[in-house]
Amino acid sequence: MDITVAEALVRCLEQEKVEIVFGYPGGAILPVYDALNHTSIRHILVRHEQGAAHAADGYARVTGKVGVCMATSGPGATNLVTGIANAYMDSIPMIIITGQVATSQVGTDAFQEVDITGITLPITKHNFLVKDPAKLPVIVKKAFLIAATGRPGPVLIDLPKDIAQARIKFKYPKTVELTGYKPTYRGHPSMVQQAAGLIMSSERPVIYAGGGVRISNAAPELLQLAETISAPVTHTLMGLGCFPGNHPLFLGMLGLHGTRYANQAVTECDCLIAVGARFDDRVVTKVSGFAPSAKIIHIDIDPAEIGKNVRINLPIVGDVKNVLGAILPLLKKKENGAWVARVQQLKKDYALRYDRGGMLKPQYVLEKLNEFKDDDAIVVTDVGQHQMWAALYMRFKEPRSFLSSGGLGAMGFCLPAAVGAKLGAPHRTVIVVIGDGGIQMTMQELGTAAEQKLPLKIFVLNNQRLGMVRQLQEFYCEKRYFGVDFQFNLDFTALGRLYGMEGYTVETEEQLLEILPRVLTSPEGVIVNCIVDPEENVYPMVLNGSPINEAID
Amino acid sequence: MKHTLSVMVENNPGVLARVAGLFSRRGFNIDSLAVGRTENPRVSRMTIVVEGDDTTLEQVNKQLHKLVDVIKISDLTKDAYVDRELVMIKVFAEPSERAEIMQLVDIFRARIVDVGPKTLTIEVTGNEGKIDAFELSLRSFGIKELVRTGKIAMLRGYKTSTKNNNYKEEEVS
Repeated sequence: MDITVAEALVRCLEQEKVEIVFGYPGGAILPVYDALNHTSIRHILVRHEQGAAHAADGYARVTGKVGVCMATSGPGATNLVTGIANAYMDSIPMIIITGQVATSQVGTDAFQEVDITGITLPITKHNFLVKDPAKLPVIVKKAFLIAATGRPGPVLIDLPKDIAQARIKFKYPKTVELTGYKPTYRGHPSMVQQAAGLIMSSERPVIYAGGGVRISNAAPELLQLAETISAPVTHTLMGLGCFPGNHPLFLGMLGLHGTRYANQAVTECDCLIAVGARFDDRVVTKVSGFAPSAKIIHIDIDPAEIGKNVRINLPIVGDVKNVLGAILPLLKKKENGAWVARVQQLKKDYALRYDRGGMLKPQYVLEKLNEFKDDDAIVVTDVGQHQMWAALYMRFKEPRSFLSSGGLGAMGFCLPAAVGAKLGAPHRTVIVVIGDGGIQMTMQELGTAAEQKLPLKIFVLNNQRLGMVRQLQEFYCEKRYFGVDFQFNLDFTALGRLYGMEGYTVETEEQLLEILPRVLTSPEGVIVNCIVDPEENVYPMVLNGSPINEAID
Repeated sequence: MKHTLSVMVENNPGVLARVAGLFSRRGFNIDSLAVGRTENPRVSRMTIVVEGDDTTLEQVNKQLHKLVDVIKISDLTKDAYVDRELVMIKVFAEPSERAEIMQLVDIFRARIVDVGPKTLTIEVTGNEGKIDAFELSLRSFGIKELVRTGKIAMLRGYKTSTKNNNYKEEEVS
């Protein structure tokens, strides 16, 4: 029986076991919305298309499934762009479906026409403009395959309105042929062998774990590796949660705002094992001063990351879980007694510190939040000082518990991503850690959360300003603060109440401790407006041009 | 150093924009680019001349490989290869100068493809050096217009850069 392409698209989504689509309707995507009605797929109506993209992203981060979002042509599509770029930078599997003007109008500057495949060329793993109705099922199959395999990423499908209305015989292909797309999953045996040799001969190994560990579900292998060879583990922002935060070998985050002990350990190590990480400039800071005495083993599924930023002694291209699984049997238990003792000493000497005098400190809020939260709670952050403090002061046992915009550093990510996270993991508490700047970027999604009855636990670290930029101006502009103060700031508790949430303001440690246990266990959504010290800086901090072991704190 | 890359791509719409966009956004310099179909209508071949050191070339190669439409990349510079460009030059040619120009055409094994009252249009193929030399020798007559293709190139001998694996064919032969 013939069905429309729009109906075929929805059937394809069902075949791919898509349960939730985040979206916002409009003219050009009308046929798809018509087809989406009365299906098993749940549509979440967001309040702005950027929210749809971030929500699909948050959903994908928590579930490990492909997140799906859709919007109409023109402004609908362009509003998705930040969310797509964010997913691209953090390797999040996502399918984005955009409506497009009819093929006869493409290229005529028609109403709500924009070349979204052109615009998203550099921020998608791949994209498709559907020109032939019959090819839709194959395109969707390819899109899901590309998005979810290898190094995951967002894939966009642009669907012109007349194509969506055309009728086809529907058959969803079981397999598709992609001549130019063959990710490498297994590490080269001789490289694996050499890596094992290098690891066994090292005396001061450090493991540097990134988001690739989460993507390939390799946390158990990582733990086994660390314990077998007694290697301390440092992690990137994306890697937080991939190694248990309460483990004696846990070093915390490295890099520009990393712990001093992690940075010192990396500087002193003789073998650095990079697992699913990409030597980002925020991790490495000064290339020539990064792990100067180490032989570097780099395990990653994306060959283009090998040697891109830092010289690599031993590259292994492959899926992290596979490669670690291949290396582990070649290793023997080793103790590195002196090295482990040295690292424990570093952890004591360089422990994180802040002064608790005066106003409520943001670090204190996060330490306490960490103490009171459930073990399986999900923490979603926005971008800025609070994000770094959360990464430094909060601990996680499992991957997919800490969600943050890493590569793109997109303020406004947090609230919509939390919406997606809560829908992906309805039985887990979702804690939102956000600044007073970031919440105002996408706070319209509180409406989505209220509509879907998602009890988010929102903690606004409110310093009445854009703290991270203020900090940069303090260091790099000789305290010439400009454009960072909010002369007007709204009452976030009142905002919460408008959306049917409980609202509290806390200004002291006592007030915080009094409400924390209650708000975290209550079934209601809550906004806690934490008035924190506006002068507080994120430390440790590596100044521009310095190597990671020369941080100030 | 200049490298001549042969890049086999799926003949999909937008593939040129994908490749060109990748070069510009990653800061790689394209010296010359030529695209056309191959013996397989589903596959196009791009010949790209790119300037850069080994590290840059490695990144060019790896980033190109990440494009879903890219099937195979070979750096012909590593091997013996033939390369050609084609150029058409419209040169001012007064009757008194024509004999001299035609002599140059002969020497460079070029061809006159159009004759006008005041101009001659000449076609010449060859490698970059020959074409540069020919252009230089015509300059004194006054060049009215010049159009030059990008470089195309092919490996010498039995080897090809079109197939991922051509050992089978070699065994047969």
